[in-house]
Amino acid sequence: MINLVIDNKKIQAEGGSTILQAAQNNGIKIPTLCYHEELTASGSCRLCSVEITKGKRTKIVTSCIYQVEEGLIVNTQSERVMNVRRLVLQLLMARCPESEVIQEIAEKVDVKPQTRFQLDEDKGKCILCRQCVKVCEEVVGVSAIGFSYRGADKVVGPPFMEPSQTCIGCGACAYVCPTGHIIMEDLGDERIIWGKHFKMAKCKVCGKLLAPEDQLKYISKTTGVPLDNLTTCVDCR
Amino acid sequence: MSKTENMRKSIKAIVEKYHGEESSLIAILQDIQQEYNFLPKEALNLLSEETKMPLSRIYEVSTYYNSFSLTPRGRHVVQVCAGTACHIKGSPKLLSRVENELDIKCGETSEDLMFTLKDVRCLGCCSLAPVIKVDDHIYAYMTEDKIPEILESYRK
Amino acid sequence: MNSLLAKMRAKGIKSLAPSKTKIMVGMATCGIASGAELVYNALADEIKKQKLDIILSKTGCIGMCYREPLVDVIEPTHPRLTYSKVSPKDVTAILNQIGEGKKKDKKPYCRIDEENLIINEEKMSYLTSTLPDDMKVIPLMSEIDFYKKQVKIATRNCGFIDPGNIDEYIARGGYFSLQKILFGIEPEKVIDEVEGSGLRGRGGGGFPTGFKWRSCRNAPGEVKYVICNGDEGDPGAYMDRSIMEGDPHSVIEGMIIGAYAIGAQEGYIYVRDEYPLAVRALTEAVSQAREGGFLGKDIFNSGFSFDIKISKGSGAFVCGESTALMASLEGKAGEPRAKYVHTVEHGLWDQPSNLNNVETWANVPVIMSRGKDWFSQIGSKKSTGTKVFSLVGNVKNVGLIEIPMGTTLKEIVYDIGGGIPKGKKLKAVQTGGPSGGCIPEGLIDLPVGFDELTKAGSMMGSGGMIIMDENICMVDVARYFEEFLQGESCGKCVPCREGVRRMREILEDICNGKGRDGDIELLEDMSQAIIDGSLCALGSSAPNPVLSTIRYFRDEYNAHILEKRCPAGVCQELAHAE
Repeated sequence: MINLVIDNKKIQAEGGSTILQAAQNNGIKIPTLCYHEELTASGSCRLCSVEITKGKRTKIVTSCIYQVEEGLIVNTQSERVMNVRRLVLQLLMARCPESEVIQEIAEKVDVKPQTRFQLDEDKGKCILCRQCVKVCEEVVGVSAIGFSYRGADKVVGPPFMEPSQTCIGCGACAYVCPTGHIIMEDLGDERIIWGKHFKMAKCKVCGKLLAPEDQLKYISKTTGVPLDNLTTCVDCR
Repeated sequence: MSKTENMRKSIKAIVEKYHGEESSLIAILQDIQQEYNFLPKEALNLLSEETKMPLSRIYEVSTYYNSFSLTPRGRHVVQVCAGTACHIKGSPKLLSRVENELDIKCGETSEDLMFTLKDVRCLGCCSLAPVIKVDDHIYAYMTEDKIPEILESYRK
Repeated sequence: MNSLLAKMRAKGIKSLAPSKTKIMVGMATCGIASGAELVYNALADEIKKQKLDIILSKTGCIGMCYREPLVDVIEPTHPRLTYSKVSPKDVTAILNQIGEGKKKDKKPYCRIDEENLIINEEKMSYLTSTLPDDMKVIPLMSEIDFYKKQVKIATRNCGFIDPGNIDEYIARGGYFSLQKILFGIEPEKVIDEVEGSGLRGRGGGGFPTGFKWRSCRNAPGEVKYVICNGDEGDPGAYMDRSIMEGDPHSVIEGMIIGAYAIGAQEGYIYVRDEYPLAVRALTEAVSQAREGGFLGKDIFNSGFSFDIKISKGSGAFVCGESTALMASLEGKAGEPRAKYVHTVEHGLWDQPSNLNNVETWANVPVIMSRGKDWFSQIGSKKSTGTKVFSLVGNVKNVGLIEIPMGTTLKEIVYDIGGGIPKGKKLKAVQTGGPSGGCIPEGLIDLPVGFDELTKAGSMMGSGGMIIMDENICMVDVARYFEEFLQGESCGKCVPCREGVRRMREILEDICNGKGRDGDIELLEDMSQAIIDGSLCALGSSAPNPVLSTIRYFRDEYNAHILEKRCPAGVCQELAHAE
């Protein structure tokens, strides 16, 4: 076990765990946005920044990635940290003015919008955290969506912003999106996501809508489980 | 052979040259652009098929780097150096003049597909600032009035 | 001495100082841009036409860019004469002046009688008879203001050899350091030497090179890499390009030595694609090095094997950042990652990797040859050795210079640079590219060094030094850099992706007469958060141009914001408003 101090509180944490995990396990709250428990940390929103002191040196790091070290002193509320937090939220509120999630976080930490920043109208609620891309690549294994371009022009979606050939309509990306930017519509027996229409498979017993046919075909292909077995819902088995 | 089959053949050859290694993706794209003067959508699709690399990954890399173009480039690429030394010697005015002469904005290609206009930082010819480059040729000590003549010489 | 090395050296000496007249034309990128290719072709044609027994060859950039095109004439036993600002119509006159007793109507700019090779103190004599009277008036290159204070270590061969001729590199001491090391110096001792020299990274970070090598050597893992960062992206900087074009073997030899010391088997040279000549020069050099047995399996029968691959960038300034460069080598989008775990432990393909800049590598063979004590007494205590700078902008003598650390900005601008043209006044010296800042005229006595420049609010950076006169608007300079950085930001982290563009928008407003009271304070506030919150050095140094111009030229900002006036007369919108 590693011994460290967070906000003047002596903490013990498992080697290999991050400052964020150590804090969360000890009831110390650090705001996060792009962090998702099940996926590798991006370190892109910088909201979870903390100030660490090692010997004589102090620096700002993201707690979602920085691993605990023996003797580390962590401050989650220092002036430098609060400044970073404030700017990050102000920048995100200007980028995604429609995002309720960001506004809520800002209110909770008492950050007001920076009126000098002109509001974007074309970014939706996307903060470019990359979690949707990661889940599609690492968990689902399809890599249907990705990032394109660079800087503030960076945008997420299927290649060429056209309906993807490889998307199976599983909705994992919408599920992990921290702001609800990704819209998945289930209308009748159809699902629409990333501009692609998916026919939903029905339980062959009770007719309940299960999942897109493409998704079930993909699961069958990768796991070897016959498609037939997948088209009966849990209740009817 | 159809156009697609031709393209597939040449993509295959390029992929083989790099042993299909994923780490060579950028070099592969550079070769494709060298051959087609830009990165055609079809070529990227074929590349995905031939290498099994997801199209989303290929698209990410193709759009990330400045040197790649997903739209056909002009026969001649005009680059106005906007490096610091050229900037303080008036490159913004040069850029405006070229934009006016070609009736396009920086980053665009002229309608007749003759010229693509880009700015670049930097060509490292600071002692000759301000500088523009057309294809492989660098023009030194540029002034606005030299521009129409230079462009005209490429139209011939 | 390895017999092949001896043979190549002998061949190289004959090539450098042949028994017949030799003419060299400076054909680096800037030379060609100034018209050197036309001069070269004119010489070739005329030599052929007159059936002259003259050797015509190409060389790299000797640094005197303000006098290009440069042509050097080396007649046996005579000093090397340098003609400057040569045009094709001067060719006949120059050729006619060759030969015993011929009158020199076209005056050479300078001459070299002999050189003391810095790598091994060997003397190379051009003049081996009495100096003809008419040459006595031609100044020695070492005496002209531009060169008087220079000490050429990294650029020792640029402008002196044909970069495509490995024998010439060897004749000037090349690959002897490598031989010495492989024949009897332990890797740890090599690292001791580099560490003791005090060499710090020349790419901008200024990180102690020996320490980095040692960390990489000690990192667990069998597979290790050495990498050369040739992605020189700072606008206005072209030092690395000149070394890669003019003396590619200096980089290769440095890397082989480094790989040996660290225990690496493979090396990569990452060159930006905007440098096609450098790519070509390096590719050819690597192939020649392989032929000569300096690269490949069992080099010099030492049991040490190492080879190098050349990789081209594709237009991304951020790929000059080490983790982004490695991502690019791996075929991905060149995005940086957090450096909480150092690349010397987990770098390229997660293996221990040592990345150094072109100029850093080029210093290594000389350090190993002359020793750490010699190197460390050049320059200043904390910044040893020399630094190559591209001296550009509003200065008379524009070009590449290599000077001992500790030289003052005043010496650089006035003694070496010849001062400001058109009788204008110096306003600021910009160093460090988009990560650096502007040092005002009032601090002109500042000695050049890593820590000194950082303390003044700028940084050493890769060596770009832009001289700015009274007609430059400092707010426009800040705006220019933020515009550049906005376009080059990878987009991964919020502070840089969003923060830099917001700073740029505010600066744009200020330059367009739409600045508001409070904008300066807002920029200062944002700057600190962007420095602290950014993921990589691009973001964390992005506010430097803004902060340094506010620090030294706040009144200029105020004039734009409160009086809607651009004191330098640059900002168009404000000029119209008057």
